[in-house]
Amino acid sequence: MIADLGYVAILTAFLASIYAPIAAFYGIRNNKTRWVESARNAIFVIFLLVALACGLLVILLLTSDFSITYVWEVSSRDMPAYLKVAALWGGQRGSILFFNFMLTAFTAAAMARNWDNERGIMPYAVIVGSFTLIFFLGLTLLMENPFERIGAATAEGSGFDLLISTPVTYVKNLFVRPGIVPEDGQGMRALLRHPAMIIHPPMLYLGYTGFTVPFVFAMAALMAGKFNEGWIRITRRWTLVAWLFLGLGVVLGGRWAYDVLGWGGYWAWDAVENSSLLPWLTGTAFLHSVMIQEKRGMFKGWNVGLIIITYLLVVLGTLNVRGGLVSSVHAFAQSNIGWLLLAFLAYMIIFSIVLVYKRRDQLQSENHIRSFLSRETAFLGNNLLFLLIAAVTFFGTYYTVPTELFTGQKVTLGIPYYEKVNGPLFGALLLLMGIAPLMMWYRTSIGRLRKMTVGPAAGATVIVIAMFILGIRNWIALLGYWIISFSAFITLLEFGRAMNARVRSKGENPFAALAALVARNRRRYGGYVIHLGVLTMAMGIISTELYQQQTQMRLARDESLSIGDYTMVFKGIEQRMGNDDAQITEALVDVYRGDKLVRTLKPRTEFFTRTGENMSIPAVRMTPTEDFYVLLINWEGMSQNAATFRAYVNPLINWVWFGAFIFIFGTLIAAWPDPADEKVTAMQSSGGRLVVGGVSGD
Amino acid sequence: MTESADPSATNTPELKKPPWAVIVIVAVSVIFVAVLALGMFNSRVDRPDGVAPDFEMQFFDGYEWQDLPTADLSDFQGRPVVLNFWASWCVECIREAELLENLWQEYEDQGVVFLGIAYIDVEKNSLDYLEKYEITYPNAPDLRTVISGRYDITGVPETFFIDKNGDVEYIHLSAVTEPMVRSLLDDMLAAEGPASS
Amino acid sequence: MLRSSMPNQLPGSQRLKNRKRFAGGLPMVAMILLTMVLFLAVFPAFAQAPTRTVSDDEVNAVAKDLFCPICENTPLDVCETQACADWRQVIRDKLSGGQSDDQIKDYFADQYGVRALAEPPAEGVTLLVWLVPLIAIPAAVIIFGLYLRNIRRAAPGGSEPAAVLSSPAAPEPVDSETDQDPYTERIERELREMEE
Repeated sequence: MIADLGYVAILTAFLASIYAPIAAFYGIRNNKTRWVESARNAIFVIFLLVALACGLLVILLLTSDFSITYVWEVSSRDMPAYLKVAALWGGQRGSILFFNFMLTAFTAAAMARNWDNERGIMPYAVIVGSFTLIFFLGLTLLMENPFERIGAATAEGSGFDLLISTPVTYVKNLFVRPGIVPEDGQGMRALLRHPAMIIHPPMLYLGYTGFTVPFVFAMAALMAGKFNEGWIRITRRWTLVAWLFLGLGVVLGGRWAYDVLGWGGYWAWDAVENSSLLPWLTGTAFLHSVMIQEKRGMFKGWNVGLIIITYLLVVLGTLNVRGGLVSSVHAFAQSNIGWLLLAFLAYMIIFSIVLVYKRRDQLQSENHIRSFLSRETAFLGNNLLFLLIAAVTFFGTYYTVPTELFTGQKVTLGIPYYEKVNGPLFGALLLLMGIAPLMMWYRTSIGRLRKMTVGPAAGATVIVIAMFILGIRNWIALLGYWIISFSAFITLLEFGRAMNARVRSKGENPFAALAALVARNRRRYGGYVIHLGVLTMAMGIISTELYQQQTQMRLARDESLSIGDYTMVFKGIEQRMGNDDAQITEALVDVYRGDKLVRTLKPRTEFFTRTGENMSIPAVRMTPTEDFYVLLINWEGMSQNAATFRAYVNPLINWVWFGAFIFIFGTLIAAWPDPADEKVTAMQSSGGRLVVGGVSGD
Repeated sequence: MTESADPSATNTPELKKPPWAVIVIVAVSVIFVAVLALGMFNSRVDRPDGVAPDFEMQFFDGYEWQDLPTADLSDFQGRPVVLNFWASWCVECIREAELLENLWQEYEDQGVVFLGIAYIDVEKNSLDYLEKYEITYPNAPDLRTVISGRYDITGVPETFFIDKNGDVEYIHLSAVTEPMVRSLLDDMLAAEGPASS
Repeated sequence: MLRSSMPNQLPGSQRLKNRKRFAGGLPMVAMILLTMVLFLAVFPAFAQAPTRTVSDDEVNAVAKDLFCPICENTPLDVCETQACADWRQVIRDKLSGGQSDDQIKDYFADQYGVRALAEPPAEGVTLLVWLVPLIAIPAAVIIFGLYLRNIRRAAPGGSEPAAVLSSPAAPEPVDSETDQDPYTERIERELREMEE
């Protein structure tokens, strides 16, 4: 009953998403606002219906209704309630429904928020938005139905046959009640039962679906012929939000890998990881180059291209993760939706190219670059580097496809490849991050540049010399630390100087000065905070990649191993049943630093009897300077008398997570709505052109 | 729009899309989508249907065929072949090990050949396994995963029944059972062989 | 092999000397034994190669650069299956038999194909993996530089922004030193004036 209701909700939403573009198109053509508004309302209704469907699925999960295949696949009676809710995105079908929920939410919100401001563009946005909804809702409806019952016949055929056979089979199944309802479900995959894993998919989906909005607006603006008037203004904040969530999702994924996957690292350049990184890279490039367009009316075509590529990478990423194209630990089960996603991708490519080409006159540049040394070129340089990194990552990820086609050999590129090729590019980016704020629009004199970099360069050199004296000899590390210090000094000086000016002239105390400064120019200083966050993360990444120590040893009871400054003694093993089907084997180890006992850690393995999965959960002692990270290894069995351990010392790893916090904080600052902002928006949409003095916060 | 109103602002050349840029973009997109499509097509499981792909075997120490240390599948043309993929780390394979050996001994003089291919295995462990189950029919390692690649197996054990003409008669995933093998072998033996023997 | 065992093969003049030296059975046996020991010390291949205990760290160092041949994208030092345990044992055995890391990796590539390696060898198709970025990245940078230069040339001279944009239809706000808000700008300007 509940499941049927859920399916009907999706079906109705799907039909509404077919109605919406037709109504909108008719309304635009015949200048009938009613029809356009009706189309917009359809979008709202779609959102409510999909939300309802999600809620119903959650109810089915919470009530452990195992007559539904999906519920059986991803949950079990002994799972705690929060995990049952999280099971909504624990498997392919549920996660697509959840993805749809986010997509419809964003689309509806975009409509709601901008309807009045952008009358010209919005009707077209309804059309383009609906197309994406038709596709993704269609996926759920026809191929990945989470409400399917156990014992239901599966659709026959493959590829496009399924488009017919799936709904036919579903209708047939409506009249079939399940024979035997299983007592209990399979339970969620062991790897997913972790707090970070619970938030990571929603964040990632928010990022992915969020990027649909600027894409839709871009296409709509072009179609409406109002590209120059409205696009940047409406798009910027949405892009920032999507970008923030995607970045968060990526970082959370890294934290989850660190906490649970048990290999001492947090990023493996795996195909699925790269799929989430790629749109983030192009999205970052976009956020920067769009400022050139705002400031000087240039590179419009380029920016449109970037947002299109970002969206296409989102679709491609979805295809990659769910369509079984490239192998990965993360990949969902093999599925037939790969073909449909590929078709959708192809369609979107064609649609974008044609639209941009036809409307290219709207994309003419209003100005030109005047100097090599200007903020414009700095931002272009930023774009170049980000796109090169994206290209390398893309190349490495998809390289295996043609290779396997033509040689039959499956080649997988691991961490060493990406570190060697992307490493220097990231380094250049960090350097550019430091210099760019010093560049002025139009042109910067070399003299000024030199004057402002001398101090930071000297400071960075001093730091590096100090590190050298303290024993750091790795030249890559030293170079990296120099660049980071240099850029950090410049950024901090930007704050310092401006604060100073305010303090001197207004007599404010430094904190008030800082607050006022940031408040008046959120984007700029938010951006600086983001940069500082990135520099902090870079510091952590370089240190932990180059100076990680690792050792593995089989220890008898009371025997010890040493690594770095630490000594670790094996004290015993304890076995117990976890609260959800897991057989937990926990080892006790005492960790000493010098002679002092600093912690007793409990690395453990969890064995899930139902699925036969085995997880090794590390125990970590975190300090600002390093992590002591130990894993219980089951290579040769373990007992009260002996067990194998692998221990890592990860220097500065917590700077990565801490830097991520700074990053998020900076993004919030940059995105925070500004009252002056709203005035600007109001003025611009009423046709007044904005001149000097009014453009502050935004 | 400001272009018409401001004569001093020029339309810079880089953003009028010259045809070649469009062509490049279109070409790249087409190639990319095509490669993806082919890749996806390729990654579907494509077990041989019809003629069994030929391959070379380099037998383990102690195994031979007609006193030779190597053989190709085509050498067995005219005989029914039971091609079994296994591995020492494969738990399911143990269930069929004895059966396969017994049936080999029974059907050997009727001209049937049993071939074992060790899939992604460690040589020492393979030999231990063969010794443990006293397997005497020819066995070879799947070097560079060439053979399993040609047969597109999805796991072990997987057994291919190849008839006298070299065509794949039947594929069985997971451990085989006695009645199944017997009936297949009897059918294949009774069937016509290739015209020129 | 033993230099001193054949006194009658030495040149004539030395025979008498040697005969004196090697007269007597026991010293000769001792000599032979001593020489054998010396030889074995210098040419250890003649002795039986000792199997040394290999630490887990050494196994991991090799395993880290290999992928589990059957799992999806899992490095061999992390993979938990029985098959992987077997392969790590292979690494251990080979290391203790004296093989080098590279020899072991070659063995894995021969047995299981190139996909077992984390860093594919730079040959054949995989050479492209390294070549393409090596060529494309500098090329991109150069093209970027040229592009910038071309754009600048197409622009009408580098005149001061304020002059060009003084026309009323100019869409851009006049910009001075930075794009800070006008208040701070004014403050800085006044400060500078104060200091001069």
